[in-house]
Amino acid sequence: MRYIPNTPDDRSAMLRDIGVSSLEELLEPIPAELRLNRPLAIADGKSEWDVRREVMELAALNQSAMNRACFMGAGSYDHYVPAAVDALGMRSEYVTAYTPYQPEVAQGTLQVIYEFQSMVCELYAMPAANASLYDCGTALSEAISMARAHTKRTRVVWSEAVNPAYRRVAETNNVALGIKFDCARCPDGSQSHEALSMLLGDDVAALVVQYPNFFGVVDDVRKLVARAHSNGTLVIFVTDPMAMGVLTPPGKLGADIVVGEGQPLGNYMSFGGPYLGLFAASNELIRLMPGRIVGVTKDVDGRRGYVLTLQTREQHIRRDKATSNICTNQGLLAARATFYMSMMGPTGLREIGEASARRTMYMMDKLRSVAGFSLPHRGPHFREFLMTVPGSAEEFVIYMAARGILAGVPLTRMGLSDDRGILVALTEKRSVAEIDAYVEHAATWLQGGAK
Amino acid sequence: MHIPDGYLYTKEHEWVKLDGGVAAVGITEFAQGELGDVVFVQLPEVGTKTLQGDSFGTIEAVKAVADLYSPITGEVVEVNTALADAPEVINREPYTGGWIVKIRPSKFDSEAANLLTPAAYKDLTSA
Repeated sequence: MRYIPNTPDDRSAMLRDIGVSSLEELLEPIPAELRLNRPLAIADGKSEWDVRREVMELAALNQSAMNRACFMGAGSYDHYVPAAVDALGMRSEYVTAYTPYQPEVAQGTLQVIYEFQSMVCELYAMPAANASLYDCGTALSEAISMARAHTKRTRVVWSEAVNPAYRRVAETNNVALGIKFDCARCPDGSQSHEALSMLLGDDVAALVVQYPNFFGVVDDVRKLVARAHSNGTLVIFVTDPMAMGVLTPPGKLGADIVVGEGQPLGNYMSFGGPYLGLFAASNELIRLMPGRIVGVTKDVDGRRGYVLTLQTREQHIRRDKATSNICTNQGLLAARATFYMSMMGPTGLREIGEASARRTMYMMDKLRSVAGFSLPHRGPHFREFLMTVPGSAEEFVIYMAARGILAGVPLTRMGLSDDRGILVALTEKRSVAEIDAYVEHAATWLQGGAK
Repeated sequence: MHIPDGYLYTKEHEWVKLDGGVAAVGITEFAQGELGDVVFVQLPEVGTKTLQGDSFGTIEAVKAVADLYSPITGEVVEVNTALADAPEVINREPYTGGWIVKIRPSKFDSEAANLLTPAAYKDLTSA
């Protein structure tokens, strides 16, 4: 970006043009208590370089996946991002045209989105996908209002093993539609057929299952899906795209709608966002699908062209009758996911999935040999598991952070009440040495007398 | 502009034709011409109750979506399922093969007064 000087003369000229006498007057509409009423805590008379160094030193105090061994997950994962994804993702064609306003002119952007949709369809084995939503939580919330519109029913069934953050977003967004949510407990960490079946009935719009679930457990949900379908209930899968290299895709398990968090596909954790909502559905539901969809067509000379299609359902045309209030997509992050998937290919995704799962198994085995920690959940895990510590999960996490390890996400931070539970996540980036160091420090913490 | 006799019309450009106690409903030739290529019709379910003047579905063309308003009060007894695969029939044969729903009217005689005769509809569309 060009450096644009901003002299006192420039400032007073601009203020005069706006019609105010001072910067203070310009900022008056902002309540005083929200404004910084003191100078920045940086000494006067410092050079640009001095200021930059001071800020960088402060920034270096942050503990992030860039400078620590990150075992945190719960919906956001530290996968490797190839340099080529950054290089392509920084191209100005993608960065500036975050959403195509004169869409048919932006053929390159539309083609990338078309490829993105095609890859999401292939990943999930679903016939239709949109151009992305804001994140997995909003995608789930849209999936639920879509199920309501299709079935004309207003009850939704899910379990505690669906990410609590996604559930909160979906509940908040669907309050006004009068949707009621029934949540099944899952003490053993699985989405139990028995507990969920009891809540199903012919007034249920959607059954939501997470696969692998919030605790990393891969549940066999086929019987549940059949049970839901026997009542005319749609089944929404919340599915981790990184698991698709090693698991049967939801489209082959009877999913009607699939949503997922696309952050792990070539996007950074970025302290929590922006993220990328994946959204796919059956052909029967395509006209209720929220957001935008790019299609391919031919012009009068028979040349291939990409177009925004099914726009007629969109908020800017249908206003109050639109099927959703989503009227944009995460174009840049979707482009990065497209680059990532095209570089990895099916083989690469399988290798990353297998490596993540193997590291998970290795770490679970090691932890089982340390008396004091318990791993309460059985069954196959993918990339994440629940660990219960004999003491405060928060204190354990602080202890480990002081040793350069981001140990996991305490369940209480996700709004769950178990203050001893920690979700531990592994990606292909976690080395055996890092895992071994984790287990050693954890054992030392125990000997030091966990409170 | 083709405006056949024996049909009644609405200001929203639907037509209704009573035949043996059941009324077929569709959109007029004028309406299909204004919309352009019809790509989708959202049909109500059989058994749906309709009210004169209320929306019972939508019709979607390439660049616009329009509501379908029921010309009469009654109950939907049949829907034109052929439109799911061939919505373009509405462009080709708006008054015959392109019918959309069949409604058993509950008070046709009193409501007919609110509908337009072919002559009145001709005035409306040529204005």
